[in-house]
Amino acid sequence: MKRALWVLAVLLSHWRRHRMQFATLLIGLIAATALWSGVQAINQQARSAYDRAAATFGGVRTATLVAPDTATFPQELFIKLRRAGWPVSPVLEGRVQINGRSIRLLGIEPVTLPVDVGNAPRLGAADLGTFVAAPGQTLVARETLADLHEGEGAAPSISSGARLPPLHVQPQLVPDVLVVDIGVAQRLLNKPNQVSRLLIGKARGKPAALQSIVGDQLQLIEPTAETELERLTDSFHLNLTAFGLLSFFVGLFIVNSAVGLAFEQRLPMLRTLRACGASARLVNTVLVVELVALALVAGLIGLVCGYVIAAALLPDVAASLRGLYGAQIPGHLTLRPEWWLAGVGISVLGAIVAAATSLIKAIRMPVLATAQPRAWQQRQRRWLILQSLAACAVFAVASLLLFYGQSLIAGFGLLAALMLGAALILPAFLEILLLTGQRLARRPLAMWFWADSRQQLSGLSLALMALLLALSVNVGVSTMVETFSRTFVGWLDGRLAADVYISAADNAQGAAIRNWLKDRSEVQAILSGGRAETQVQGQPVELLGLPDHPLYRERWPLLETAPRAWTQLVPGNAAFISEQLSRRLNIRVGDVIEVPAPGGAWELDIVGIYADYGNPKGQLAVNVAALIRQFPQTPQTRIGLIVSRDNIPGLIAALQKQFALDDRAVADQATVKAESIRIFNRTFAVTSALNAFTLGVAGIALLTSLLTLANSRLPQLAPLWAIGITRPRLAAIELTKTLAVALFTSLLAVPLGLLVAWCLIAIVNVKAFGWRLPFHVFPLQLVELVAVALVASLLAALLPVLRLARMQPSSLVKVFANER
Amino acid sequence: MAPSVLRSVELIPSGAQILLSIRNLSKTFTSADEPVHVLRGVDLDLAGGERVALTGESGSGKSTLLHLIAGLDAADGGTIRLEDTEVTRLADAGRAELRRDRIGLVFQQFNLIPSLSVADNLAFQARIAGRHEAAWTRELVERLGLGGLLKRYPEQLSGGQQQRVAIGRALATRPSLLLADEPTGNLDEATADEVLALTRDLVARTGCGFLMVTHSLHLAGTLDRHIVLHAGRIA
Repeated sequence: MKRALWVLAVLLSHWRRHRMQFATLLIGLIAATALWSGVQAINQQARSAYDRAAATFGGVRTATLVAPDTATFPQELFIKLRRAGWPVSPVLEGRVQINGRSIRLLGIEPVTLPVDVGNAPRLGAADLGTFVAAPGQTLVARETLADLHEGEGAAPSISSGARLPPLHVQPQLVPDVLVVDIGVAQRLLNKPNQVSRLLIGKARGKPAALQSIVGDQLQLIEPTAETELERLTDSFHLNLTAFGLLSFFVGLFIVNSAVGLAFEQRLPMLRTLRACGASARLVNTVLVVELVALALVAGLIGLVCGYVIAAALLPDVAASLRGLYGAQIPGHLTLRPEWWLAGVGISVLGAIVAAATSLIKAIRMPVLATAQPRAWQQRQRRWLILQSLAACAVFAVASLLLFYGQSLIAGFGLLAALMLGAALILPAFLEILLLTGQRLARRPLAMWFWADSRQQLSGLSLALMALLLALSVNVGVSTMVETFSRTFVGWLDGRLAADVYISAADNAQGAAIRNWLKDRSEVQAILSGGRAETQVQGQPVELLGLPDHPLYRERWPLLETAPRAWTQLVPGNAAFISEQLSRRLNIRVGDVIEVPAPGGAWELDIVGIYADYGNPKGQLAVNVAALIRQFPQTPQTRIGLIVSRDNIPGLIAALQKQFALDDRAVADQATVKAESIRIFNRTFAVTSALNAFTLGVAGIALLTSLLTLANSRLPQLAPLWAIGITRPRLAAIELTKTLAVALFTSLLAVPLGLLVAWCLIAIVNVKAFGWRLPFHVFPLQLVELVAVALVASLLAALLPVLRLARMQPSSLVKVFANER
Repeated sequence: MAPSVLRSVELIPSGAQILLSIRNLSKTFTSADEPVHVLRGVDLDLAGGERVALTGESGSGKSTLLHLIAGLDAADGGTIRLEDTEVTRLADAGRAELRRDRIGLVFQQFNLIPSLSVADNLAFQARIAGRHEAAWTRELVERLGLGGLLKRYPEQLSGGQQQRVAIGRALATRPSLLLADEPTGNLDEATADEVLALTRDLVARTGCGFLMVTHSLHLAGTLDRHIVLHAGRIA
């Protein structure tokens, strides 16, 4: 043991003399662990939120009984089933408006609620009496309480004028849900004796067959492992994971570079240790122990950094998930012990993978092997050929995924294959460029410039691959975001047709506002809208009521239409369908869709498809009057106004004064648009942050590689210095060389990035969100990104180059001495 | 008995105990797909406390012989016995133990550990062997004239100073046999004389055997016995 400790002390002494190298090793490990763990923390947080949501009184993880055609069914069916021994419990679901905000209301029956349904038992046991007996309780998550601007114990009224039972915080509850006794829910939702679904618990015996009790009035929905929310958000989390993984690999490139250099520098030390009697097994074991110890330390620091990154990004991620999918994620981070263990594990595993080549060399090293400093940099030509062949194989896989891949995973697989193939082919591409330069060069210094760049290539190739990957991801994602941004703004212009938007507190106020507006001369048109919710083919669908007005006919962003589509909409037997719903249900213009309505099935001819960016739910747009006929409970609280621009501020002020409306209840088009764009930008803030992180880590990878190379460059540079080329000039040549290869890499990253953008827009987005954007290229943005990459390369090259420029002649002279 | 063996064995002082015994040692390398027979049946005996110089032209197999004795490489045939241990039968771990406990090695390139100070370089083989004797190390420091250099690092020392540290490190474990592969090859003549004189004194002080590979006939003449290796055989 003591012997091993001495060997460890000797090995560690290397780092004391090479602090910069030690720092780069730790930075690589910390960066890799931090970014990976940060992303995992965010994903874990979101997934636990989905679990909470899924566990809320029987989500998709509980078997349920529902009516096949209608949103609700009579309560008697529940009683019949209970009497027949079915362990069912009724739930009524609907939406209520509180302070102008639409919120989900769940009515439950706590006595029959199955024990294994989500967090129900914890709710029922202690406060069953208070919950059921008048005035009852409204269970609410703390976040929702804050959103409603209400305190615990308050009993706010809903749009119909009825009051909720007093609010009571239930920490396990998911945000944006109110839970009351089913009797209260039936009263509040005005659905007496109606039930939305029956949750099925564990049966003691074998109850009678369902059909023999209720006929075909109810159908069984089996539980599924994955919730709708999880399915929808898979792409978002996959995207984050892809970024995390990319940063992790770039971090490992740094580790690989630092460990490789340390190994080469320590070769003579290892040989001396062996010559002095330390066995190969002992030396190798201690090498692994040293690496694992460093990985543990770096892993722990990386985890702390990962936590900070996750905590900083989580509010934006939560906003993104809310904006894109309607998922409610708490804004504060809670982490499980598994996260810490996995983080340390991934750090150790990553370090071992990154150091594998060096460790294998050390294990195989014969004690008498002559020292071949930097032999690892002199990558053999056959590696270029092998790597290029591997790249071709990976590109072939990419082609297969492009033509035959159907899923989102296949889309991401295509992206990964494209980037991996490009990274593998990069050294060969650069080799050809540099060789061409060498052949075209005439002056001796120029010939040396190209030849030496080629020699440096093997040492730099990993860092350049990292730069290529980081930059192409940046180009791809930036192009996609910019495309989305411009499309979104254009779409908003069409979608936000009215000049002023009003959201009344309830129907009565809505009616009063409409009456008041009729007498206002500045109001050119009053456009009433409405929204209702239903389920089509088992999927939640929003019904949007559109007024029949020329403005909508002119500006509503339709992607495909049947002839006279708007006219067909008016009678109420036709609808437009949102792009994502049309893809999800595979419904095209000319098809017919059946919508369950309170009065029975509502058949709608599809006469148009429209873009509906950012909406997690599928949507059908119908005539508003027809919507109210079919769904009489539709709140009539949304009003749009056409007003001349000059009169808008005055009208808003008058509305606020007359009806005590706050800024959320009445806003002009510009404000709504600005708010939408703000939400949009926030949605992509996480992507931008991860983009910047990845590029930063790639910059560090380049810096470490250049520092690594700088140490081995003296034998190449000293002869030039000896024949009369000054140190500053040598430094300038070195800088030019680095910038030249970085420029070539960046230029390759541009087409690759555009290909990535195309994949994101045409494949991943379509699979993930259900919408396809037009593909645009933004040349200025590309120039900007290439410039950023070159500045990063310049900064990375500056330190070793400055060192060279200031190097003492004695250091250069040593190259010619035997003592080196 | 072959004449070469006669020459190498018969000159051992009568009554002296054999420390190192080599019989019919052979070693072949492959270079450009051609076998190169570096050692072709070497026989050699070395007594305890004896100081022997091994010379020969480049490529004659001097360093290879030294490496095989030290267990740095494995022989193709023949035997090497150090005291009661047959080196040629040992596995890697056994050979490492042998070097750690009973052999001191000095190289032309010094092979000090650049990241350790002089003091740590001097002590580290003894520490690995678990035989660190502070008093003996102090004596070595004094005799080798390293007193003022203990806190320095190898790169801050001259060639002669580095070689003195290497000799100190090799003797710090009080080995049975000191093997030196052209220890003065990188030193000027005066420094070489000085370093070798120090080594001779210390070898006499410890009583260990000493086998030195050298190109210098002058230095070879200062030791007890001089053996010449020619074309893989003792000439």
